[in-house]
Amino acid sequence: MGNPNVGKSAIFSRLTGAKVIISNYPGTTVEFAEGYTKINGSRPAIIDIPGTYSLKPTSKAEEVALRFLKDGDLIINVVDATNLERNLYLTLELLEKGIPVVVALNMWDDTKHKGIEIDVKKLEKILGVPVIPTCGLTGEGIKELVGHIPKARVKKHGILTDGDRWKYIGKIVEDVQKLHHRHHTFLERLEDLSIRPATGMPVAMLVMFCAFWVIRFVAENLITHAADPFFEKIWTPLAMKLSAFLGSENFLHDIIVGKLVGGAISYTESFGLFTTGLYVPFAMVLPYIISFYLVLGIMEDFGYLPRFAVLMDNFMHRLGLHGYAIIPLILGLGCNVPGALATRILEGRREKFIAATLMAVAVPCIAQIAMIVGLVGERGGIYVGMIFLTLFLVLVIKGLILNKVMKGKSPEILLEIPPYRIPQVSSVFKKLWMRVLSFLKEAVPYVLLGILFVNVLYVLGAINVLSKIFSPVIQKIWGLPKEAIAALIVGFLRKDVAIGMLGPLGLTTKQLVVGSTVLAIYFPCIATFAVLVRELGIRDMLKSAALMIGTAILVGGLLNLVLRF
Amino acid sequence: MIISLVDMKRGERGVVREIQGGMGATQRIQSMGIRIGKKIKKEEAHFWRGPQTVLVDNFKVAIGFGMASKIMIEVER
Repeated sequence: MGNPNVGKSAIFSRLTGAKVIISNYPGTTVEFAEGYTKINGSRPAIIDIPGTYSLKPTSKAEEVALRFLKDGDLIINVVDATNLERNLYLTLELLEKGIPVVVALNMWDDTKHKGIEIDVKKLEKILGVPVIPTCGLTGEGIKELVGHIPKARVKKHGILTDGDRWKYIGKIVEDVQKLHHRHHTFLERLEDLSIRPATGMPVAMLVMFCAFWVIRFVAENLITHAADPFFEKIWTPLAMKLSAFLGSENFLHDIIVGKLVGGAISYTESFGLFTTGLYVPFAMVLPYIISFYLVLGIMEDFGYLPRFAVLMDNFMHRLGLHGYAIIPLILGLGCNVPGALATRILEGRREKFIAATLMAVAVPCIAQIAMIVGLVGERGGIYVGMIFLTLFLVLVIKGLILNKVMKGKSPEILLEIPPYRIPQVSSVFKKLWMRVLSFLKEAVPYVLLGILFVNVLYVLGAINVLSKIFSPVIQKIWGLPKEAIAALIVGFLRKDVAIGMLGPLGLTTKQLVVGSTVLAIYFPCIATFAVLVRELGIRDMLKSAALMIGTAILVGGLLNLVLRF
Repeated sequence: MIISLVDMKRGERGVVREIQGGMGATQRIQSMGIRIGKKIKKEEAHFWRGPQTVLVDNFKVAIGFGMASKIMIEVER
């Protein structure tokens, strides 16, 4: 337990070996994580919870902390050694509760850089519990920490009032801490630049531009030099052999290899489990997953995101959000599921609802983005641009409307800005690996399931029935062929496959643009839907869903009307 | 002289004298470490009544304009 962004998850990860995401901004941990550690032959469970500044239940994070407090036998209180005074407030509150505590005085290496000297022995004496200097990132002090866990004591301090508590802390800090002057480091100068409004905005635009460029560069190279060659030279011959073996044009063949186009396999059109089912996740989406999460991981660990949130705060307020709501939106670009979970860092039902709805409706996940770039990009980059511009406009306009229409105000930003830290390569790659594995474990089965499901629907003729029911909207309003209903159905399961389904339909470029945009907007994928039901509650979620479907119909129709090519 | 945080000049230093918010807001501001008697330095103000960034002890906080206007600082002027 400890303040936000002090390194709890890093220490948790070291103690348990459990895979958790760590980064340099408050609000990284939104759910609790559970793991086990080995001490003296037993295997106690350890829980990593979101950061909190105090035990007073003024925010969701604090409520979560209080809940776990009741069940815990012992608290590892992670304290940021470079911010001793503020961090000790929670420590005292914990001690007053009479629960055994061990203090991990984390970020110990930073104290040297900042010229802070702390008399650890003295602090230990005053607090009456073990105090161990640690560095979660390098692992220093962790062994000692584990060694002291059995020795955690209860020293019940008398319960103080707020004011007295701070006075006491003031005295403690005076007693144990000495500050030495040191010069502004380069990183600190960079910090000033990036948040100052005059230079901050250009820096933000530069950062975003570089981010997009790097993401695209890495992904496209992975596709051109690794994925495509593999599929063309190694996989296609295998698949063709399989095709000959199964005999063309029968049910089994169509499901496994898909329909041959001109006697050959087209990965975007054949739609077999063995062909499209593998090509889509591995050669179209995975490269973008890798490059996106690489760039995001670096930005997360550097500490840039909270500063970006401050710069965006004004703009976000017009959408009914405050600056930090940009985090769920950015995470949603990777996958809508962590984006939806991240709405937990927002206080207030109104803000959560707006952020979740805007993210689900207007922020396409990188899997969708990869498919759009792959499929629509073939017709010309400008069409890809149109899709994203439309989505951006939907975000802004819908936000403006929701802000006007929904009663209440969104809270103001009150956010700690962490110092810039050089990202640790190991941390960035660990996160990347976790996120890639998670994608492979979750996406690939769903992609294969989606393709199987669609093929079955076709065979059963269900597609025909459904397309007749929905054809007024699909054909008249959106201008798409009625077979597109299949894409909409699959979109419930996986949006990337759904966009992929537009491939074999032989659409005009305009139809492709309308179809992709509609697919991005109309409804979240099932994983996101499940999380949103949990986060927003079923009533709000239904409201949100209705808004999304309505927006899809409207925007699709408008695009169909307005675009001329 | 006692002025609101939003009226401080960029780079100006002062001491927190009063937080005029309601219970919830005041508690949140205080538990983040911005308390009466603390030395505070104004780092940035963002245009159009944007967030104010301050430096307290060793940490930086961005505070929304409305909340910031309720924090009263004593400055040397």
